[in-house]
Amino acid sequence: MSRNTTINIPTMAELAAKGESPEVLFWVGCAGSFDERYKAVTRAFVKILNQVGISFAVLGEEETCTGDPARRAGNEFLFQMQATANIQVLEGYNIKKIVTACPHCYNTFKNEYPALGGNYEVVHHATFLQQLINEGKVKVAGGGAFKGKKITYHDSCYLGRANAIYEAPRAVLEALDADLVEMKRCKTNGLCCGAGGAQMFKEAEPGQKEINAERTDDVLATGAEIVASACPFCMTMLEDGLKNNYPEESVKVLDLAELVAKSSGE
Amino acid sequence: MAYLQQVLFLVLVATATFLLVRRIKFIKTSINLGKPQDLTDNKPARWRNMLLVAFGQQKMFKKPVPALLHLFVYVGFVLINIEVLEIIIDGLAGTHRIFAPYLGTFYTVLLNFFEFLAVGVLVACVFFLIRRNILKVPRFHKPEMKAWPFLDANLILVFEIILVVAILKMNATDQLLQARGAEHYTATGRLFFSSLLMPFFDGFSTPTLVGFERAFWWVHITGILAFAIYVTYSKHLHIFMAFPNTWYASLKPKGEITNMNSVTNEVKIMLGLQPADAAPPAEVERFGAKDVTDLSWKNIMDAFTCTECGRCTAECPANQTGKKLSPRKIMMDTRDRAEEITRSLLAGGKGADDGKFLLDDYISREELNACTTCNACVEACPVLINPLTIIIELRRYLVMEESSAPAEWNAMFQNIETSFSPWKFAPSDRFKWADELRN
Repeated sequence: MSRNTTINIPTMAELAAKGESPEVLFWVGCAGSFDERYKAVTRAFVKILNQVGISFAVLGEEETCTGDPARRAGNEFLFQMQATANIQVLEGYNIKKIVTACPHCYNTFKNEYPALGGNYEVVHHATFLQQLINEGKVKVAGGGAFKGKKITYHDSCYLGRANAIYEAPRAVLEALDADLVEMKRCKTNGLCCGAGGAQMFKEAEPGQKEINAERTDDVLATGAEIVASACPFCMTMLEDGLKNNYPEESVKVLDLAELVAKSSGE
Repeated sequence: MAYLQQVLFLVLVATATFLLVRRIKFIKTSINLGKPQDLTDNKPARWRNMLLVAFGQQKMFKKPVPALLHLFVYVGFVLINIEVLEIIIDGLAGTHRIFAPYLGTFYTVLLNFFEFLAVGVLVACVFFLIRRNILKVPRFHKPEMKAWPFLDANLILVFEIILVVAILKMNATDQLLQARGAEHYTATGRLFFSSLLMPFFDGFSTPTLVGFERAFWWVHITGILAFAIYVTYSKHLHIFMAFPNTWYASLKPKGEITNMNSVTNEVKIMLGLQPADAAPPAEVERFGAKDVTDLSWKNIMDAFTCTECGRCTAECPANQTGKKLSPRKIMMDTRDRAEEITRSLLAGGKGADDGKFLLDDYISREELNACTTCNACVEACPVLINPLTIIIELRRYLVMEESSAPAEWNAMFQNIETSFSPWKFAPSDRFKWADELRN
């Protein structure tokens, strides 16, 4: 894809006005919409969607929080208010399939909205990217930017233990021809970044160490140059952990979408 | 004399049965303190879980060394107890090794196999004592493992050692008596492991040896019955509870938090989604859980199943980084509180209305607030206990009944309510990430 091609980011409202409906809704999520760092992930993923010519749309300003942090903090009312309102919007556009780059949104849509009447085919972008690579739609050039580079993958709890997605993100990294190294705690034993269960939105309770510091120790122990993540909260926690505990190290945190976009010529 | 032994034996078995039945009723009452929850869907998957996880000990094998030792104790416990059947028949009928003549050589093989298992149990228990007390595996020495839990764990191991040593000594003296042609002592064939102990007893006279043999027999059977009763008071109850607990365990993805239907009704009314003729929602007693009586019965069954191994706590990110939260303590507190209420109820007391609650009196807010809901504890449990659902239920009570979430969470709630995002950004800025791409 040449750099001059315009990138299309249709909204559901625009498509509906034209009487069209996309194959899949890209649910951006609050971090993907507002967090400076994760906006880059959103953009990388949208570029890939454009590149492969997938019919997609976003909700734009109509999107709201899925309610995940409220439910996990104990505020079931707020969760259900959000969920019920979101389900109405999704129903209005007759949405059948959702892809999202946030494991928390993914888990909520997939496992928790059905009880409130919202049933969708939900795909996390790690699985989505793996499928695109398998189908040959995304060409990650062999000998590309990450060939032979030591990359480790940090399992997001809400992809991994919560939903048993361990292989898709690793398959993406392997397709990059990267040298995938595992941390001592990975897959079912993966250590949380510290942000789940609404911890992202408050200071940690008193203790001896921050959880993300413990996790960045694991990252450093692998000797990897890059730690791949697939979750906005994990990304923030890992970047902060590296910055605060290993300021002299140059380990980068990159999302799977960024890695794929970069190695497919973006 | 023979009749006296039989009568004594009958009294012993009857007393043990009485105590056991009483205690089982107690535990049933405790579990039924919880709220009803239907967990009987998809039975094939439930049987599969029980077979693999409880019977097959699938999850233990994440740590191969303790798993293998544990397997020895487990197989030993299950199989050696087949012998109890013979002991009980002998005890009541006044016979001695009633199966031996019928089974012939197979009896010798079987008893040698039991002895092999007994030695396995012995080795494993000694190893476990060393791991616990000398190597001091960290998960056995967390703050909640002081006093009774510490003693309980060691008592069980010592108990098991006494039991298997009694079998070996009983068989050793029995073989000596057989060799001397003592009356009633049916030939068993050579029992390898216990025969190694024979030289220690060879110097005694035949009547003394009979005394020893009888004493070991009594120690063994009394020990087994006492152990069976002790287990129901102990963390060791997992040997029974692991089976129903894995059968009833959640079959849903770990990420799913159960929907509160009572809230759904209210939300639908607030959003005008409830049909006008719908029946008014039932009055909800309490949102979330303040005490064990607000939890599901399965949460309490989980608590009685917990053997305090601490794999959950060892995997907990909050605990590893020095926070107060320990998922094992959540389970221990739940059991302690359920037992406290049941004791009071059975004694005609106030039960749950004693002014105490699981929240604050047992589990502090600091513990609850430290959880990242990462499911590491749930994943780690070898018998499918879920501490996370209890944490979520207690958080629900704190937020919905007391409005006492940490201030930052209240701010997050407010952000979601007013700007539809957990962070305070203008909703109109939500699509700005695309500007850079479109220009």
